[in-house]
Amino acid sequence: MLTKRIIPCLDVKDNRVVKGVNFLNLRDAGDPVELGKKYSDEGADELVFLDITATIRKNKTIVELVERVAENVFIPFTVGGGVTSADEIDILLRSGAEKVSINTAAVVNPAVLSESADRFGAQCVVLAIDSKRNKETGRHMVHLKGGTEPTEIDTIEWAIKAEKLGAGEILLTSMDADGTKAGYDIELTSAIADAVNIPVIASGGAGEMSTFKDAIIDGKADAVLAASVFHYGQYTIRETKEYLAKEGIAVRL
Amino acid sequence: MIVVIDYCVGNVKSVCNALKFIGCENKLTNDPDKIRAADGVILPGVAAFGFAMNELGKTADVVKEVACAGKPMLGICSGYQILFESSSELGKHDGLGLIKGEIIPLPDNVTVPHMGWNNVELPSGMQLFDGLRKTEHFYFAHSFHAKPTDENIKIAYTDYDKPVVASVQKNNIFGVQFHPEKSGDIGMEVLKNFEKICKGDRK
Repeated sequence: MLTKRIIPCLDVKDNRVVKGVNFLNLRDAGDPVELGKKYSDEGADELVFLDITATIRKNKTIVELVERVAENVFIPFTVGGGVTSADEIDILLRSGAEKVSINTAAVVNPAVLSESADRFGAQCVVLAIDSKRNKETGRHMVHLKGGTEPTEIDTIEWAIKAEKLGAGEILLTSMDADGTKAGYDIELTSAIADAVNIPVIASGGAGEMSTFKDAIIDGKADAVLAASVFHYGQYTIRETKEYLAKEGIAVRL
Repeated sequence: MIVVIDYCVGNVKSVCNALKFIGCENKLTNDPDKIRAADGVILPGVAAFGFAMNELGKTADVVKEVACAGKPMLGICSGYQILFESSSELGKHDGLGLIKGEIIPLPDNVTVPHMGWNNVELPSGMQLFDGLRKTEHFYFAHSFHAKPTDENIKIAYTDYDKPVVASVQKNNIFGVQFHPEKSGDIGMEVLKNFEKICKGDRK
């Protein structure tokens, strides 16, 4: 049986892992190479590396950092942050990433999803969506450029379209829940999981261990991503998995 | 020395990192002489089938040559799929034809890609899995899968609604649909076993 994945996320800025609340008030959380190795050794099912300054395209030191993290990571490794083309994906894959996430560029130029899927296979192409609920309409809307730029695009409609274009997975971050530790956005996650036939990674809001269970069972997520709770040692990956196994969820232990 | 075939298909670096980690001497190249001189060859791959075959180009001839001459060969993911005769991924494409069978899409009643860690039933007698438990978790990420028709192969299956081929062995030719280089400690054991096979410690 396919197990549910627990994925620690490294938000990287100026060669350091950082973490904020609702995408703001960043604070230092450690060295990406050390943290990556630690999570790989501790039994994480995957590692995500996001350059939150979105400079992968023009910054060679970020690619070198990806290489250094990858050297010590023997679990799947997803990298993203400012990726705009299949050629850039190629560079990251050659640097040790398995999968590359695309966010803003996929909205600006949706063809990048299909070009990348044709070249590397859909399993390599992760669509990252930063979503925020419009308080007046109640609809979940796509935000670009690290959440700073709102759009008129409905998150669920975008997910459906992106799957057709070739995305092999969706990394769904609720900006409302991000860093709050108040639980994942269950309504949004389950709506996306119901709307597409590709795996959905829930992101934003991990808090008590029960929040993982809720995202998997009620949110129907295939994987759960978290940062603060692991970086700051609230509990370990192993403890999370043991808890989920006890709750009857299939995990790799 | 194990040669990892360098053919612009993604995660070649991950395979080299894992080999380095287990202390296995390796070289990333597509130089025919080095391929001929290697103790074993790994065909990595994160790519669509047709793109992988196209990128492999003329190297395909020397890969077939050394495989037929008995050199241990390990295909990983797309590198495993191209060991077969053909695929229907994004049009009809011919593979290396080292193992009889074709590559077909996963059924549409399951989430595709099949992405994540799944249990593989490891039958005894498959050298890649020597020393491992009867079932182990490996990391998968694929949308197509192999339907072997070769009678002379050993097969390990994973369960994704229905049995899906996770690994095959035909004499000196080994293939894994999953990514051993990304399957943690257990994946490293698989690579160590392949190194042993290459060094001639075959049973």
